[in-house]
Amino acid sequence: MKILVIAEHDNLSLKPATLSTVTAALAIGQPVDVLVAGAACASVANAAAAVAGVSRVLVADHPAHAAQLAESIAALVAEIGTQYTHILAAATTTGKNLLPRVAALLDVAQISEIVAVKSADTFVRPIYAGNALATVQSDDPVKVITVRTTAFAEAASAGNAAAVEPLNVVKEQALSAFVGQQLSTSERPELTAASVVISGGRGMQSGENFVLIEKVADKLGAAIGASRAAVDAGFVPNDMQVGQTGKIVAPELYIAVGISGAIQHLAGMKDSKVIVAINKDAEAPIFQVADYGLVDDLFKVLPELAEKL
Amino acid sequence: MKILVAVKRVVDANVKVRVKADNSGVDLTNAKMAINPFCEIAVEEAIRLKEKGQADEVIVVSIGDKACHEQIRTALALGADRGIHVEAQDGLQPLAVAKLLHAIVQRESIDLVLVGKQSIDSDNNQVAQMLAALGGMPQGTFACGVEVQDGKLKVVREIDGGEQTILLSLPAVVSTDLRLNEPRYASLPNIMKAKKKPIDSLTPADLGVSVAARLRTVSVEPPPERSAGIKVASVDELITRLKTEAKVI
Ligand SMILES: Cc1cc2nc3c(=O)[nH]c(=O)nc-3n(C[C@H](O)[C@H](O)[C@H](O)COP(=O)(O)OP(=O)(O)OC[C@H]3O[C@@H](n4cnc5c(N)ncnc54)[C@H](O)[C@@H]3O)c2cc1C
Ligand SMILES: Nc1ncnc2c1ncn2[C@@H]1O[C@H](COP(=O)(O)O)[C@@H](O)[C@H]1O
Repeated sequence: MKILVIAEHDNLSLKPATLSTVTAALAIGQPVDVLVAGAACASVANAAAAVAGVSRVLVADHPAHAAQLAESIAALVAEIGTQYTHILAAATTTGKNLLPRVAALLDVAQISEIVAVKSADTFVRPIYAGNALATVQSDDPVKVITVRTTAFAEAASAGNAAAVEPLNVVKEQALSAFVGQQLSTSERPELTAASVVISGGRGMQSGENFVLIEKVADKLGAAIGASRAAVDAGFVPNDMQVGQTGKIVAPELYIAVGISGAIQHLAGMKDSKVIVAINKDAEAPIFQVADYGLVDDLFKVLPELAEKL
Repeated sequence: MKILVAVKRVVDANVKVRVKADNSGVDLTNAKMAINPFCEIAVEEAIRLKEKGQADEVIVVSIGDKACHEQIRTALALGADRGIHVEAQDGLQPLAVAKLLHAIVQRESIDLVLVGKQSIDSDNNQVAQMLAALGGMPQGTFACGVEVQDGKLKVVREIDGGEQTILLSLPAVVSTDLRLNEPRYASLPNIMKAKKKPIDSLTPADLGVSVAARLRTVSVEPPPERSAGIKVASVDELITRLKTEAKVI
């Protein structure tokens, strides 16, 4: 057994998603190597070397990897991948973009968004928007897997001193070029890592009204999410969407405000520990999964909550 | 430019599926079936590129049993020019689907492949990336903007932190996200016209592709059920219960 974890990072810091992926890798076996492919990413490599359970950090530091374009990194991972029995990445947009490409280059299947490890070749993954859990077994020589990070605790980020080795393989592909990006900046905790999340839906009526949610979030130190309807209507940016096709969250406390509770939204939040629903329609399906339901007008409830918390 | 769009026949997005008693899979008996919503968006984008004069032909392909003809006809009614049905068992795995599409891309000299980002049944999110790898093509996944520019393709992608813009050489593969466009409805005259559009039938053997499964489904279980909790009467009660009972604030 030999496992490779692809680090999730922005060339400066190692993302917590990697820590959950390392935990999933250790549940499969050892040793666990981490690949940091990036540009001027030495600080990420050092952070990866400190993660508990990591044996070795491979660093592919090259301008071609600056924007994490899948074409070049997949070629690199496929090249070194045959030395491994398992290749894992977090099921983030970066991991989902990369790993199927790696798997096809290796002519093996890819297993998406595992939530449990049964054994070295058998894994559990949600299908049909989480309405079923499939246990799947692979005979492929290399198992290529993305990991649902909310299902695995974060490995300790300090205390280890794994060897850091430069990797002098570059497989630059001139197929795609990075033009630019618009990243949302927020002082709030990251949606998928926050212990409290408060989300607004179509019931919020406008982007301006999200101020009401922000005031409650300030009191709770919460991250802010949204339903697809709220994102489609342009109230808030797409990276706030929670659900089957948005982000998966599992905080200690999830508060759904003006959200009806469609299957696709539930898929993204029903593993939260405690769910609160605020909705003026007592029949809204969200109440079927809520631990605490408050049937009332959100425009009355949110200011009161902000004041009393 | 010649565009290939892949459409998958899946259970309708509004159906809440149930796991079969013998845990062999989910029960789809009599369930309403539809084009995977992301594939509808892919079809719409292809038709818009054709309407803008940037595409000459839009070919739609579906892989599965005979019932897929329904989804191919729907795409033809929306404006695709012709269809290809690859007759195979339902539920082929993404690598097999990608290999079949790759064979069609080569046969038809396709310049742009549009697929959905994710099947809403198997929730894989793999085919675009795999097809791009097999063809040595660039990939623009989770697209919310697509534009042809001087023989290249500018793609805006929805990523976890926001949006990213990349430039791809052609041929390329694009997978569509929900906000790329809003699909139109088929008009009655177009539904009639679509009945006359050709649909070719092929088998994996015709395309020289082995579709053997790489993963075996051991069992399918229902997820742990959440039960409805209680209704609180006021904001005060909610805060008290969150503090003293749930202890989450
Ligand atoms: C392929 C596909 C993928 C999808 N992926 C996702 C996904 O990832 N995430 C997601 O969220 N959705 C997703 N959806 C959409 C999903 O099906 C629903 O359409 C969406 O979740 C509805 O959002 P909503 O609950 O905000 O809006 P609605 O269903 O319109 O609900 C609004 C709610 O607000 C309540 N309300 C209105 N005014 C007030 C008020 N003043 N006070 C209190 N309550 C009020 C109403 O009673 C209602 O229950 C997807 C759909 C498809 C087809
Ligand atoms: N059986 C199929 N027939 C046609 N297209 C498919 C099929 N399976 C997957 N696809 C395409 O690949 C996309 C992504 O699917 P997946 O990788 O399975 O989530 C779908 O939205 C379709 O465009």
